[in-house]
Amino acid sequence: MRLHEYQAKELLAAYGVAVPRGIVAAMSQEVADAADYLGGHVVVKAQVHAGGRGKGGGIKIVFSPQEAKEYADHLLGRSLVTSQTGPEGVLVRRLLVEDAVAVVRELYLSLLIDRSRQRPVMVASEAGGMEIEEVASRTPEKILRVYIDPAVGFQSFQGRAIAYGLNLEAAQIRLAAELIGGVYKLAQSHDCSLVELNPLAVTADGKLLALDAKVEIDDNALYRQRELAALKDHGDEDPLEAEAGQLGVSYIKLDGSIGCMVNGAGLAMATMDMIQAMGAQPANFLDVGGVASPERVAKAFRILISDPAVEAILVNVFGGILRCDIVATGILEATKDAEIKVPLVVRMQGTNVEEGRRLLAESSLPVTFANDLGDAAIKVVAAQREMRH
Amino acid sequence: MSILVNKDTRLLVQGITGNEGSFHTRRCREYGTQVVAGVTPGKGGSDFDGIPVFNTVAEAVRAAKPNASIIFVPAPFAADAILEAADAGIPLIVCITDGIPTRDMVIVLHFLKGSGTRLVGPNCPGLISPGKCKVGIMPADIHLSGSVGVISRSGTLTYEAVSQLTTLGIGQSTCVGIGGDPLIGTSFVDGLRLFEADPETQAVVLIGEIGGTAEQEAAEFIQESMSKPVIAFVVGKAAPPGRRMGHAGAIISGSSGTARSKMAALAAAGASIVESPADIGLVTQKVLQALNNQRGG
Repeated sequence: MRLHEYQAKELLAAYGVAVPRGIVAAMSQEVADAADYLGGHVVVKAQVHAGGRGKGGGIKIVFSPQEAKEYADHLLGRSLVTSQTGPEGVLVRRLLVEDAVAVVRELYLSLLIDRSRQRPVMVASEAGGMEIEEVASRTPEKILRVYIDPAVGFQSFQGRAIAYGLNLEAAQIRLAAELIGGVYKLAQSHDCSLVELNPLAVTADGKLLALDAKVEIDDNALYRQRELAALKDHGDEDPLEAEAGQLGVSYIKLDGSIGCMVNGAGLAMATMDMIQAMGAQPANFLDVGGVASPERVAKAFRILISDPAVEAILVNVFGGILRCDIVATGILEATKDAEIKVPLVVRMQGTNVEEGRRLLAESSLPVTFANDLGDAAIKVVAAQREMRH
Repeated sequence: MSILVNKDTRLLVQGITGNEGSFHTRRCREYGTQVVAGVTPGKGGSDFDGIPVFNTVAEAVRAAKPNASIIFVPAPFAADAILEAADAGIPLIVCITDGIPTRDMVIVLHFLKGSGTRLVGPNCPGLISPGKCKVGIMPADIHLSGSVGVISRSGTLTYEAVSQLTTLGIGQSTCVGIGGDPLIGTSFVDGLRLFEADPETQAVVLIGEIGGTAEQEAAEFIQESMSKPVIAFVVGKAAPPGRRMGHAGAIISGSSGTARSKMAALAAAGASIVESPADIGLVTQKVLQALNNQRGG
């Protein structure tokens, strides 16, 4: 789960990481008041879950409350399109108004889990303000990595090593080491899978300030991070994804038109790959899970049929723990009171497959059965093309 | 032979009295796995279908001498269950549980280093040596005893692959699901090393997915240390970057995490690449035919 910038900054401040003075506002008059309170010369930043805000027009430096208000009028309630959003963009509902800061240097600092070494790693660079991937590929020598021993935790010497490595001035070393220690404590206390300060600015008056901050909380740990879990912003989610999330079904909306319901994440991705290889595009990723009941299958299936982009449906189930008859019962349940207007291709294999097929075959549903993965992809793509003609 | 589990495996089930634990204990036992003990705190002294249940793993170890454990404990308590089994000296732990916080896994994996305990998983279907022993939740009847090793980050996609092999009459030595989490106990490299050393395994099918660099590390190992052919498939060509595709570890962040770059690394290391998930069996069949022709000639 990703926090908004203003939420991340509040959390960072609580762990001793300096951030610019800022005020969050949802109305343009509030934005103007905030700008006035902060002295007029401020940065106004759209609070959305998407990178590339700067280039997309979601960040602006203004010099008066009036200018702040005009910008807010232009942005609030509108959709912001960035390189990372889709063409439809994301709705801007809040703006963060911050002190405009005179910056001397832009650094980079992050803490994440290194999957290969299986431990936290602090990553720092003098080339802040850019995507770290870009820095890593262009100038790998400019990236510092400090690995943290899980048993002893982050140590002061490691903070100093990063501070000196960033070529900070003598007076800033202790400041930086403390800030870096704060980032580690925050990540440990709140199960952060990522804390990223980019840029971490050295200001004209010699201070270190996190100008932008990204904090992600490990979804698996939300049960013990209740206060943070409560911050989740459902407004930024696709409505179908939000609905699936409440069911505990793993669903991701995609751009294509072939809806798929599959059991297991790997098989669901394989199904998408097959559809794409046939020259069509999947409308979604949907893993109905292993221990699904007919009710859960029915709800998941309803998500598919309620998606107006779906022109054909492929159900691909390899029964193991999940029985094929449960899936069939769920589909029948979902279509009892909602007519299905698109062709349905079903590939079932494994536990109770005969019973599952029989239930569907005896129903009035327009089902085409497929024998295997390849056959299923061919049939669903053909059915979709026929629909279009 | 086979790797990790066989006729001599003596299995302990942690969480034996829970819904999933009890269901799969019965399935493993039906398959022929020796289930020697169970652990559920508070239910020590009772039995489950005649299998003695203990309060702690240490007690179970003293009384029943298990050499492997399978864990069905809910996520908030699963890391503790792994540590308990490792502390009791169990050499192989298979953790089925999905959803363990990363911070907990960092501690667990650190504790396991140098301990002599191997962890498979978490968030995995477990492992099976067909005809010998099943320590997992996979449907048993799709498997066939033979000489192809299977190692995969996925669950049902592994069943799909195994089923394709079995349909073509290609049996498996051992099938290992290593799990879909970003932090796991047994890596592709660990599995490949075991298959390379197993005299019964002729070739290995590797099924990777988007996210992380485990496939690139596997490629490096294949290049340097594998004499046996590897057939590789990487799922997620159609997955968009930045979105978590069901598995906690299946997220493309950066160019190395894409299916394409992983397949390219595996191809460069000499693995036979499967382009379509429908062709895993067919490509394996061709590789085995070439191998047998080579040996014949």
